[in-house]
Amino acid sequence: MDTAQEQVAGNKVNFIDTENVVIRFSGDSGDGMQLTGTQFSDTSAFFGNDICTFPDYPSEIRAPAGTIAGVSGFQIQFGSKEINTPGDSYDVLVAMNAAALKVELKNVKKGGVIIANIAGFDKKSLRLAQYSDEADPLKDGSLSDYKVLEIDITKHTKESLSGTNLGNKEVERAKNMFILGLIYWMFDRPTEHTETFIKEKFGKKPDIAEGNILALQAGWNYGENTEVFTSRYRVASAELAKGDYRSITGNHAAAIALIAAAKKAGIPLFLGSYPITPATDILHDLSKYKAHGVKTFQAEDEIGGICSSIGASYTGHLAATTTSGPGLSLKIEALGLATILEIPLVVINVQRGGPSTGLPTKTEQADLLQAMYCRHGEAPLPVIAAASPSDCFDTVFEAARIALEHMTPIICLTDGYIANGSEPWRYPTEAALPTIKVHFASKEEWKEGPYLPYKRDEKLSRPWAIPGTPGLEHRIGGLERKHETGHPSHDPENHEFMVKLRQQKIDKIADYIPEQKVNFGKESGKLAVLTWGSTYGTVRNSLIEMSKEGKEVSHIHLRYLNPFPKNLEAVLRKFDKILIPEMNNGQLSVLIRSKYLIPAISLNKIKGVPFSADEIKAKVNELLNN
Amino acid sequence: MITTSENKLTAKDFVPDQDVKWCPGCGDYSILKQVQTIFPDLGIPRENFVFISGIGCSSRFTYYMETYGMHSIHGRAGIIASGVKSANPNLSVWVVSGDGDSTAIGGNHFIHLMRRNLDLNYLMFNNQIYSLTKGQYSPTSEKGKITKSTPFGTIEAPFNPAELALGANASFVSRTLDRDPKHMQAILKKANQHKGTSFVEVYQNCPIFNDGAFFAYSDKETKKEEAIYVENGQPLIYGENNGKGIKLNGLTPEIVDLTASGISANDLWIHNEKDKTKANLLARMFDAVVPDVHFPRPFGVLFAEERPVYEEMMQSQIENAKAKKGEPSLDSILSGDKTWTIN
Repeated sequence: MDTAQEQVAGNKVNFIDTENVVIRFSGDSGDGMQLTGTQFSDTSAFFGNDICTFPDYPSEIRAPAGTIAGVSGFQIQFGSKEINTPGDSYDVLVAMNAAALKVELKNVKKGGVIIANIAGFDKKSLRLAQYSDEADPLKDGSLSDYKVLEIDITKHTKESLSGTNLGNKEVERAKNMFILGLIYWMFDRPTEHTETFIKEKFGKKPDIAEGNILALQAGWNYGENTEVFTSRYRVASAELAKGDYRSITGNHAAAIALIAAAKKAGIPLFLGSYPITPATDILHDLSKYKAHGVKTFQAEDEIGGICSSIGASYTGHLAATTTSGPGLSLKIEALGLATILEIPLVVINVQRGGPSTGLPTKTEQADLLQAMYCRHGEAPLPVIAAASPSDCFDTVFEAARIALEHMTPIICLTDGYIANGSEPWRYPTEAALPTIKVHFASKEEWKEGPYLPYKRDEKLSRPWAIPGTPGLEHRIGGLERKHETGHPSHDPENHEFMVKLRQQKIDKIADYIPEQKVNFGKESGKLAVLTWGSTYGTVRNSLIEMSKEGKEVSHIHLRYLNPFPKNLEAVLRKFDKILIPEMNNGQLSVLIRSKYLIPAISLNKIKGVPFSADEIKAKVNELLNN
Repeated sequence: MITTSENKLTAKDFVPDQDVKWCPGCGDYSILKQVQTIFPDLGIPRENFVFISGIGCSSRFTYYMETYGMHSIHGRAGIIASGVKSANPNLSVWVVSGDGDSTAIGGNHFIHLMRRNLDLNYLMFNNQIYSLTKGQYSPTSEKGKITKSTPFGTIEAPFNPAELALGANASFVSRTLDRDPKHMQAILKKANQHKGTSFVEVYQNCPIFNDGAFFAYSDKETKKEEAIYVENGQPLIYGENNGKGIKLNGLTPEIVDLTASGISANDLWIHNEKDKTKANLLARMFDAVVPDVHFPRPFGVLFAEERPVYEEMMQSQIENAKAKKGEPSLDSILSGDKTWTIN
């Protein structure tokens, strides 16, 4: 926190103005930390802060209470300046129990605030959190570098609800609202937004709604009336571009991008999918939009997810399938079919740590080469990737445009970090979104001769005649197609011709996408950092901060990974060195080195968590100094 | 060439300009012929027919029908067809698959298609062998079968496809064979009429790798003793001069001699295609539903029940939601419920 203190007259409490704050809410999986964090984020966003959030939950649904395996966290960074990441270390940690403190302490800034719920620090909790000999960190002096506030949140919540008819279970559950109220007080935020939310959520259970609101207000009043707090913090609203905003997660952005793309293409939407973390929310979300005509099909497996979508695409729908790494592997054979059929299909891969089950709830960018190359035979596909939660909208919409206008399956990469994270989004209107051109062939256009399903237009894309169209009956399939007629063909000349043609068709997409620009900094220089996917935010932040120290480093961010923008090589060659930070073992580096023979330098992190600004800055400094 | 829906079609309208490339004598020719023969009578515009096939000899079928069609990948025809039918319920969707395609590599899709009950027709050409890969055993090959991959005989218990389909909650289960064109035509028409997933198992001869596997059910000398044709509402009678019947003793079938005194057709098992318990018995009338008793193999519609179909329920959820909420504008979806403005 960059802070300026101010003594408020007549009040024992200081108000400290600060540019940005990172809070981590951490507790048991059942403690409601995700809800608490989301509410705080929404309120801060309404207040006008720029925000970025990061829900970080275990792969176990409800690991045994009080254990380290069961710790669930929600992190938010909010500020009066541009915020691109959830932050590297915490200004404030809310630890609902000993296990949460044990897990999170290493990331709390020295001098940061730790709010500890002492009801979660009894002997049993300490044992479950694996503190040796049940040594209480609140009492043994090990937290002397921090401002520790010990509060019996459980007890206070019970007291505040003593006048209600709620049972022990409901009272226990309301303790997250007490802590939320307290944090609202600490950061000078109103409780009204959350009160409205509670009333809506528990509309049919007024007792529970009342209890939660009482707990929320009790938390606020606790801050106001006790003297344990010496400071409150104020974070002014950010200078965001004018316009209408909402808060959005990457997965929700992906879901509504598909709806928007179908609408702008004038065709219905079909999603065939199989649940897999962290992609499942897209299926959940789209299954709610029945009134908009969206068809969702929960298939029997990943293969069924993509195959049902291939069937729907064949009939003239915008068809999509959503998955994560291992699921993409299962879909690969069908992706080969879609490639030779040359039908539109959007495959969204929300990447997670692999291989195999790997780190299913943690983030990674290690499916780039799978997306690029994991196919049988020569089967090129366009690949694009989203940079941030809100960018998932633009990227998925763009994926649908490319699929439909170029008659091709496409892989769109996001990852767990931006899929679950949220940020403010200046949302577009329907009118502002571009139209996607879809054309179904008709007999009138083919009066002169037989329908040629594999005839090419200027984009090298083929016509789309859908079942139900009189006079254009034809067969397609996985056998090699004869040029133009589409009949099965084993002719060697034709096969090589078709392989090259399909490659040219994908390469040609480069004529229909924007040229690469330098996203931050000068267009030439000593060093540029090249990113793709969710490393965008941390790198941007780091380079903006370094520029204030007079260090000129440019940032180039790639949305289009296959084909690359036509001018990419020229853009990269204007820099002496290219650094590529990736949450993998150097996959974009492989592509850049092999395609352009540019000796890109890799910075890798494969720990299931994003880069910190410090890690980026350290590498950049090292390269600047050598 | 007739291309519009108004004109009366003929079998020739379903014959494309591509050569058929199955082996001479393959049972698939008969199936193709029967399909092309009945299609003009179904009252469906040609452009609304869609064939989806998997991989295997059977699955080349798609290329030999002048309709819309997709020759897809191994085992996935049923699930691709599910996407087709869910997306456009107006289409008449026909899946063509084989015993390997359906019950080995595509086994998972097969069982889920049966329980979902989309209104489509599923033709499984069962030749009890892998032919396109040149002669390995299939999940329907009889135990002990010597094949290229089992030179000492298979040690696996085979699937009985009709039993598998019933177990997977299929709403229509039938069996016919390539060498009985009339029966096949009748079954195909019933399959088309049935609203729901109509499973048609077709015993199909592979003259190269499993020649004669089903001849017992069609050869003049043996068919009367080995095959029984079931008809809804009719007693189970078979044999030379219809001299044999099947009677139920509780749930145990017994073969009875109708020429002996004291037994009439009224005492026999009357086929009721809605009775799932008895359909299970029929499906299992394979080799040994009762130990040491050799039963004839049943052909016909073993089971048929009308129940709601998937794509209509999917559509009605959409329509109910629209009636309740009205179709929301895209703008309202883009903005969501909670917005704020920065001036």
